[in-house]
Amino acid sequence: MNTTVVAQLQRQFQDYIVSLYQQGFLDNQFSELRKLQDEGTPDFVAEVVSLFFDDCSKLINTMSASLERPDNVDFKQVDSGVHQLKGSSSSVGAQRVKNVCISFKECCHVQNREGCLRCLQQVDYEYKMLKTKLQDLFNLEQQILQAGGTIPQVDIN
Amino acid sequence: GLELQLSYTLRHQHPVEYTVPIQLPVINQVFGTSRAVKISPNSPVARLRPVSGKYMLGEVVAVRVPLLHLSNFQINDWPELSTKRYALMVLMLPSDSARQWHVHELELVEVVADQVAVALSHAAILEESMRARNLLMEQNVALDLARREAETAIRARNDFLAVMNHEMRTPMHAIIALSSLLQETELTPEQRLMVETILKSSNLLATLMNDVLDLSRLEDGSLQLELGTFNLHTLFREVLNLIKPIAVVKKLPITLNLAPDLPEFVVGDEKRLMQIILNIVGNAVKFSKQGSISVTALVTKSDTRDADFFVVPTGSHFYLRVKVKDSGAGINPQDIPKLFTKFAQTQSLATRSSGGSGLGLAISKRFVNLMEGNIWIESDGLGKGCTAIFDVKLGISERSNESKQSGIPKVPAIPRHSSFTGLKVLVMDENGVSRMVTKGLLVHLGCEVTTVSSNEECLRVVSHEHKVVFMDVCLPGVENYQIALRIHEKFTKQRHQRPLLVALT
Repeated sequence: MNTTVVAQLQRQFQDYIVSLYQQGFLDNQFSELRKLQDEGTPDFVAEVVSLFFDDCSKLINTMSASLERPDNVDFKQVDSGVHQLKGSSSSVGAQRVKNVCISFKECCHVQNREGCLRCLQQVDYEYKMLKTKLQDLFNLEQQILQAGGTIPQVDIN
Repeated sequence: GLELQLSYTLRHQHPVEYTVPIQLPVINQVFGTSRAVKISPNSPVARLRPVSGKYMLGEVVAVRVPLLHLSNFQINDWPELSTKRYALMVLMLPSDSARQWHVHELELVEVVADQVAVALSHAAILEESMRARNLLMEQNVALDLARREAETAIRARNDFLAVMNHEMRTPMHAIIALSSLLQETELTPEQRLMVETILKSSNLLATLMNDVLDLSRLEDGSLQLELGTFNLHTLFREVLNLIKPIAVVKKLPITLNLAPDLPEFVVGDEKRLMQIILNIVGNAVKFSKQGSISVTALVTKSDTRDADFFVVPTGSHFYLRVKVKDSGAGINPQDIPKLFTKFAQTQSLATRSSGGSGLGLAISKRFVNLMEGNIWIESDGLGKGCTAIFDVKLGISERSNESKQSGIPKVPAIPRHSSFTGLKVLVMDENGVSRMVTKGLLVHLGCEVTTVSSNEECLRVVSHEHKVVFMDVCLPGVENYQIALRIHEKFTKQRHQRPLLVALT
């Protein structure tokens, strides 16, 4: 095991995850999630996050369909979708996604189709962005583990 | 001097004070040559005894005797007779005798004069050395006295500190405890502010008192490390947990990086090591307004950066190196040496609104030294943050790291609550992600978790085995209440087996 390589990777990991927090992609909930992962459940975070992204994809498709025809929008359905999305994003600590959902809900409430479409677009963008970032983070984790190191604990407050 | 004084005579034991002026011509004559000189019996130097009416005074010879000084005795050379100080030796033949000084006798006299010179010098040296010895004895006595006085003073101080230790701490604790209690009561904002200030000040004072007591014990070497076996990894996490509340308020992320080869179970002074780490990390947090803090712990090899401190891990010991890097205000490189001096405050430190005593680093340094280690601070300058680094020697415990080698999985960082182990629970949540997260949390706490995704399923699955049912109640409406009612109904007959219902929002 090359300790310099491990140390470098750990450093990279630390800096990357701190930047994700500082840029608002993730909040404290994500760090709580990481704490739940241990030897018994080594892929817990990856699984939850993967489920979340699948959820995002499905919900966005459904909501997109509902918003498609301007004269026949089922705002109740859209609202329920946003509600789900807000809940999921809260659970995993996807802060930016959650924040968009808050605005999204407001648009549903006042039945603003234009606003809803904008929010939908933004949600789509945010979740895909987060997906890429987390993918990079997991790759770094794998590299560290393969080099024989341990993932650093990062306390974000 | 201006006179020659009679010092010795052959016959009279106690010579009368008899002096002659040194400028007498006869004296000059004798001092001017190294030969013995016949002089007149009537000369003042020869007229020692009163003339007792005899006819013929005996012939008199006088010779100079060089007075040799200590410095005249060279190792290699015979002492030179360049010294100008002489004594005068006068030899008088008995009166009324026909004896006369003969030449060979004069030669004898000259030889004797030299020997007398040597004897006189020996006597002088002996006198000098005896004087020196007496002086030395006196000094020894004085030193001994001073030492005993110092010991008495230290004992008195320790007694004083021991008493004051207790006497000062008791009221201090009373103030802190009661102020804390007061905080829990209903107070107006002004009152609350006052109580908080009292509490902060008393805590500061208590810390200062402890520091002073510790430092005084450290300084006279009476402090000893309390060695024991402890978990090094846990210690670091504990420190971070302690610092967390302050870091939360300041929004400073802290990262902990433990090297993979860092032993888990070690032998050392756990309390004092924690004190050191806490002090350093605390300072990092205190003096950073933004950015982040990283704590790294590793095992050092022998080629360390610090050139004059070589580390060689021996047998069952190793050197732990801890690096705490912050992105705070940084320190001027010139001020770095002052940091470890107790009470010294640099200009930049004084401008900070800190509440710390000036002793923390000084004490940490003492502890580090006791642990046969080294501590130093590096900074690239003001505004560029700084890194505090220290090495300490720790023992490797026998029970350590066996788990690593035999492949047994490590105990997880967060201990499982024994009260929840095996507890059967049911989680009902429509949202798949939330359901999974809640399940993960409960599993981590040791529960056995069943999940359902709808109210109907919940009613179907719930049984007397489930002690707790967690229900997501985010959906608006009376549905949730009804479900609760129906679960209630299901167990009317077995009321004691009814599960606890917990609503999650």
